[in-house]
Amino acid sequence: MESAILKTEGLSAYYEDNQVVKNINLSIPEFKITAIMGPSGCGKSTLVRCFNRMHEMVPGARIEGKVFLKEENVYDMESITVRTRIGMVFQRPNPFPMMTIRDNVIAGYILNGIKLNRSKSDDIVKQSLKEAALWDEVKDYLHKRGTFLSGGQQQRLCIARALAVKPDVLLFDEPTSALDPKATSHIEGLMADLKNTVTIILVTHNIAQAGRVSDFIAFLYLGELVEFGPKGRLLTTPKDKRTEEFLTGKFG
Amino acid sequence: MDTLVLSKGKMLSTHPGVRAEATFQKTIFLSALVIIVLLVAIFLSLLIHSVPSLKAFGLSFFFSKTWDPVSATFGVLPFLVGTLLTSFLALLICLPFSLAISIFIGEYFKKGALSSFLKTVTELLAGIPSIIYGFWALFVLVPIVRNFQTKIGVFPYGVGILTASMILSVMIIPYAASIAREVISLVPSDVKEAAYSLGSTRQEVITKVVLPYARSGIVAGILLALGRALGETMAVTMVIGNSNRLPKGFFSPGNSMASVIANEFTEATASLHISSLIEIALLLFLVTMIINIIGKYIIKKISVGA
Amino acid sequence: MDLHRLKLRIWKDRGFKAIVILFSFLSIVPLLLILFYIIKNGILSISWEFFVELPRPVGEKGGGISNAIVGSLLLVIIAGLPSIPLGIAAGIYLSENKKSRITYWSGLAVDVLQGTPSIVIGIIVYLWVVVPMGGFSAFAGGIALGIMMLPMIVKATEETLSLIPGSLKEASLALGVPYYRTILRVTLPAGVSGIMTGVLISTARVAGETAPLLFTAFGNAFMNWNLNNPVNSLPLLIYNYATSPYPEWHQVAWGASCVLVVFVLTLNLVMRTVIRRWKVQF
Repeated sequence: MESAILKTEGLSAYYEDNQVVKNINLSIPEFKITAIMGPSGCGKSTLVRCFNRMHEMVPGARIEGKVFLKEENVYDMESITVRTRIGMVFQRPNPFPMMTIRDNVIAGYILNGIKLNRSKSDDIVKQSLKEAALWDEVKDYLHKRGTFLSGGQQQRLCIARALAVKPDVLLFDEPTSALDPKATSHIEGLMADLKNTVTIILVTHNIAQAGRVSDFIAFLYLGELVEFGPKGRLLTTPKDKRTEEFLTGKFG
Repeated sequence: MDTLVLSKGKMLSTHPGVRAEATFQKTIFLSALVIIVLLVAIFLSLLIHSVPSLKAFGLSFFFSKTWDPVSATFGVLPFLVGTLLTSFLALLICLPFSLAISIFIGEYFKKGALSSFLKTVTELLAGIPSIIYGFWALFVLVPIVRNFQTKIGVFPYGVGILTASMILSVMIIPYAASIAREVISLVPSDVKEAAYSLGSTRQEVITKVVLPYARSGIVAGILLALGRALGETMAVTMVIGNSNRLPKGFFSPGNSMASVIANEFTEATASLHISSLIEIALLLFLVTMIINIIGKYIIKKISVGA
Repeated sequence: MDLHRLKLRIWKDRGFKAIVILFSFLSIVPLLLILFYIIKNGILSISWEFFVELPRPVGEKGGGISNAIVGSLLLVIIAGLPSIPLGIAAGIYLSENKKSRITYWSGLAVDVLQGTPSIVIGIIVYLWVVVPMGGFSAFAGGIALGIMMLPMIVKATEETLSLIPGSLKEASLALGVPYYRTILRVTLPAGVSGIMTGVLISTARVAGETAPLLFTAFGNAFMNWNLNNPVNSLPLLIYNYATSPYPEWHQVAWGASCVLVVFVLTLNLVMRTVIRRWKVQF
């Protein structure tokens, strides 16, 4: 069994009194793509936001249980440290409009007040953009604002930005739902390359995407972890009736 | 509606509604027009009555520091300096407070009792008449400044540029704060989330993402506050010290463009004196007009882009 | 990312929040100080006589500010009579003809007018009204205040009417109601709370104005109901008495300030609660 880089123990998440994530025990294997799949409202976004501690930023939000990143309890660490080790790519691309493309990539350093000398930052920019398969398209425009980029390019810029701080885990929260099919397949291909260096957790409600991209799938329904296993097994011979109903389109 | 169409296509109506309609349209159109005419008339009046002074002094009006009704020499430099000093100093003093309020309400406490309270207080600050500010400053602030000046060994005028700047800064806090607060609260959450997800603290997100994003709105707020400060009369008049000499420092008494008009206009008899005062009014009018136009233009650009 | 910097950043974060809260609440201090002093000093003068009697000459005890109160009321009424209808009419035009050139320039003129220093307005009305009339008058003062009220009323009307959904207008027009009646009987009433707010805010503003009255209404030691003669107002009285050398007059000024401040602030607070309740929900 692959080693687990991220583990949850009895994780529950609440918005005020509304329990949205129910007592989840999950082990995310390292250097693989794990898809968190389920219908809308099943709690998958909330779940991953408990990993990088973005959930607690909502007023009235709280969690119970534990989350471990490489044996360290994420909730015992400083939240801002957690977020440099667990990065996030959002549903809608959100590059910083006031920054150049170059500064967007190293935003994780700039915003946190970490000074990089010129050559080090150049290296990071180039490497991150290459890892995000965007380097060739923007290498001559590094000093322009990123507003002229297409949706898919902006999303890859956001991926480069997240990669630049060298996280252990990268969370993708429905990253292609705002993109066209061509940009989508671009990013799906990207994820396959990235998993060799960073563990990927992909939130999606799109079964086909989970099938194309993931190694493991966790199926969430109404806040509960219904089933977890290797993609092939879960998609063809699900153990739980609810998984089967979701896969056959009984609910969306 | 009954209408008779005449040969030339004109509608002659027997129905009173159509006439009323036309009257209504004409009335509202003329009302809108009147405002334009009013403004143009204001400008022209000021210009025409400044002509004697313009003819007598020309450009030297702006550089001469002598303002002497007795010898009929008039130069606006002392008041230009007085206005600029008090306005910019007031702006400088008010900025940390205005920014703090706008960040408080726009970021940290968007909802709730605390933010309503602060909002109410800011609006009340804006609602207090300037004479009240001036009166209070004259009887409370001036003695304090006078004490301070005695302690540090400066001539204890009490009144002066600094005192005027202090009361002015309190008056313009709401102006800068309200616009800044608007733009700060309108910064889209996904840009902020991106910064948080990279491990930034709240302070870093505010200073490095929110404020730069809201930059133009903040500038507009500052401009509007500046416009207000430049034109403020009563509070400044009461504590600036009414001296027509070029102020030497922040403790000197002086006069602003508005305060010299307030002080001298009713007593001015010589037509050149009056004309010079009106030329100052013209200057005030033009300067505040330009600043307001720029400020409003920036605000319009932001609202369209949002 | 090392630990030392981490602690520093966390402390910066906490410190920043503390400074923001501190400076925000420091801004309240001037308001509190002003209210405190005005009420503390002014309350000594407040009495029934204060409101109904005329000012006494220096040296005589007693007296009041009745002429100033009456004068303020007169001025506000004279100001409102032309400017409210004119402002609402212009506001209607601006909100109904958004693409017209006149709207663009008129809107610009409104903004410039609003930002024009009040002392400049005073000079203008002096040139246009006082000189031809041969003297200071309540009428001139009213006109000056009216010009100042105008932009606020126009803006309040324009913004309120722009927010009213077009479906309301369409429903009326579809019933065959002519355009002008639709505006007057449907749109305008729907916007009454916003327009009223604008009127009240502008009234509160001009009630406290002094500068435009310095060369128009000029002030009057006695009661005056004649529009052709100079008239006193609360702010004018405060200015004249405060800058005089007589302590008795200073005391009257405190009392008058108390009255003015209470009036303006009450108006502001009342507006916020009442208007909220009046707001027509869509």
